[in-house]
Amino acid sequence: MRPWWATPAMLAAVGIAAVLMPLLAPLYYVTLMLPFMAYGVVLLGFNLLFGYTGLVSFGHALFIGIGAYTGAVLTTHLGIRQMEVILLVAALAAAVAAAPVGALCVRYVKIYFGMLTLAFGMVFYTFLLKFYRITGGDEGMRLLRPYLLGSEWAGFNKTAYLVGPYYYYSLAVLALATLVMWRIVASPFGLCLRTIRDNPVKAESLGIGVPRYRWYAFMISAVYAAVGGALLAPPTGNVDPTLAYWTHSGNVVFMVLLGGFASFWGPLLGAFVFIFLQDTVMSVFPYWQLVFGAVLAVLVIFAPGGLMGLFAPRPVPLASERG
Amino acid sequence: MTAHLVNVLMGGVFHAAILFLVASGLQLVFGVQKIFNLACGSFYALGAYSGISAVAYFTGHGGAPALFIVPLALGGLAVGLVGVVVERGLLRFVYDRDETFQLLLTFALVLMLEDVIRMTWGTAPASTGGLYLAYGQARILGTTVPVYNLIVIAASLAIALGMSWVLGRTAFGRIIRAAADNREMAEALGVDMRGLYARVFTLGTMLGTLGGALVIPATAAMSEMGVELIVEAFAVVVIGGLGSMRGAFVGALVVGVLRSIAISVYPELEMLLIYLIVIAVLLWRPRGLFGAAAA
Repeated sequence: MRPWWATPAMLAAVGIAAVLMPLLAPLYYVTLMLPFMAYGVVLLGFNLLFGYTGLVSFGHALFIGIGAYTGAVLTTHLGIRQMEVILLVAALAAAVAAAPVGALCVRYVKIYFGMLTLAFGMVFYTFLLKFYRITGGDEGMRLLRPYLLGSEWAGFNKTAYLVGPYYYYSLAVLALATLVMWRIVASPFGLCLRTIRDNPVKAESLGIGVPRYRWYAFMISAVYAAVGGALLAPPTGNVDPTLAYWTHSGNVVFMVLLGGFASFWGPLLGAFVFIFLQDTVMSVFPYWQLVFGAVLAVLVIFAPGGLMGLFAPRPVPLASERG
Repeated sequence: MTAHLVNVLMGGVFHAAILFLVASGLQLVFGVQKIFNLACGSFYALGAYSGISAVAYFTGHGGAPALFIVPLALGGLAVGLVGVVVERGLLRFVYDRDETFQLLLTFALVLMLEDVIRMTWGTAPASTGGLYLAYGQARILGTTVPVYNLIVIAASLAIALGMSWVLGRTAFGRIIRAAADNREMAEALGVDMRGLYARVFTLGTMLGTLGGALVIPATAAMSEMGVELIVEAFAVVVIGGLGSMRGAFVGALVVGVLRSIAISVYPELEMLLIYLIVIAVLLWRPRGLFGAAAA
């Protein structure tokens, strides 16, 4: 039995480390934190669907793409560069797209849900790829540096901007997203989702509108993915259709599994380990996919509970045991 | 006008012939093992590169260019034996797991095989050179079609007929259908599931690698060709119905021909049209056009 203060103490330590990191760590590692924080937001939402509701989307890159392209369209085409506006519009755009897509997808579960989400993701991908007059085709679009909190941060060069204001901005968004998600999963709504995951028939008989709740979870996870996508794009300054490609969706599932889908913190750990391990592997060996494929195979076969599952005091309930 | 139409249709049917090979492998594996194999596209890419290497070796050692199709097909089929390794080494551990994990394991294969291809054959596109037109062109209704395309279409048809004969008329086929229908019952009646799974998966893999080898004279091999094809094969099996061989056949024709028409009429629509049909089919008839029949 862990003492009650173990989790808060761990969180405080991680939070302090994250705040101090730009002051202490080499710049390079600080820039690696940016995609981690963006994916962190994406995965928090994704796991509401996967870990808490029991639905595995293979098309979540659709919403990451929506978020990232929102930033590109707003900054380059419309001249709107406030990050707050970008995040808001990205969230709204994702909700508008997810409402019909989700309503159709949640009518199915298991492999059909996965296939339908994959198909929707590919629709958006081909749209981005083929309608180059609007989207820039396979070259994508440029994304201008967003203003943060109304300021252009003109005195900062690109790196200083990214490891300074943008880093703390991302950290704040991630912290807020974590807090909101923590409230969501601890709420009666979150409990309903877990009931639906464990026993949809019983949930229905208890009066929970199963499709409606799945739809809510889908919408929330889509909004999270778009916010994460909007955070992901500015550091590279460019968006392209591979953001919405199905292998990107696959990597999102991979990250959640790596960290552990049965734990609230697993997805964040998964994003962190994925980004930093990928960088380490690529620095010594150009074929990172080979290594990561092997890691994923080992995880699936030997440790389906992911990294958090290895530390868990109790065995993680596997999806197969949920029936 | 007719000439243009025939041209478009023949292009579509050629693509459908290739798609059918890959999709039938996917269907066979899904029908029996209930695993949706995302790596079937990677096997297709593997077959393409092995075919190129086999042809290069053959012509490099004085083989007649006119016979290039023999090493091409053999190279494709031979590399399909990697299916045994994958099934025995990885998949057999996850048969009783949730399908999410099965799907992710095949995704792990997609990641690994793409890099294996890059490591072995490099990242530059590879091709068989000018052998595509080694058999000349045939004139059909005012247009010319490479004879090679006709050979591939005929071979794919022959394989379709052969498979329906194997599945419908032989003891092996009856066992496959029984296992697809009810695994426990088949096992209780003495079917060796281990051996069957290994054979079925290898057969499915070989169909994919053969498809990759046969397509390659008409195009160039790239390391991403696998992940691109899987989404088309996916469209084929959804339209036709998961696990159904007839579904693979009809689905391949639908996808191949529609894509060809879309490219010639309004190129932007190309795959968009296919995915919209996939979504329509999933919503209107999730079992696909032939979904009820297993294997």
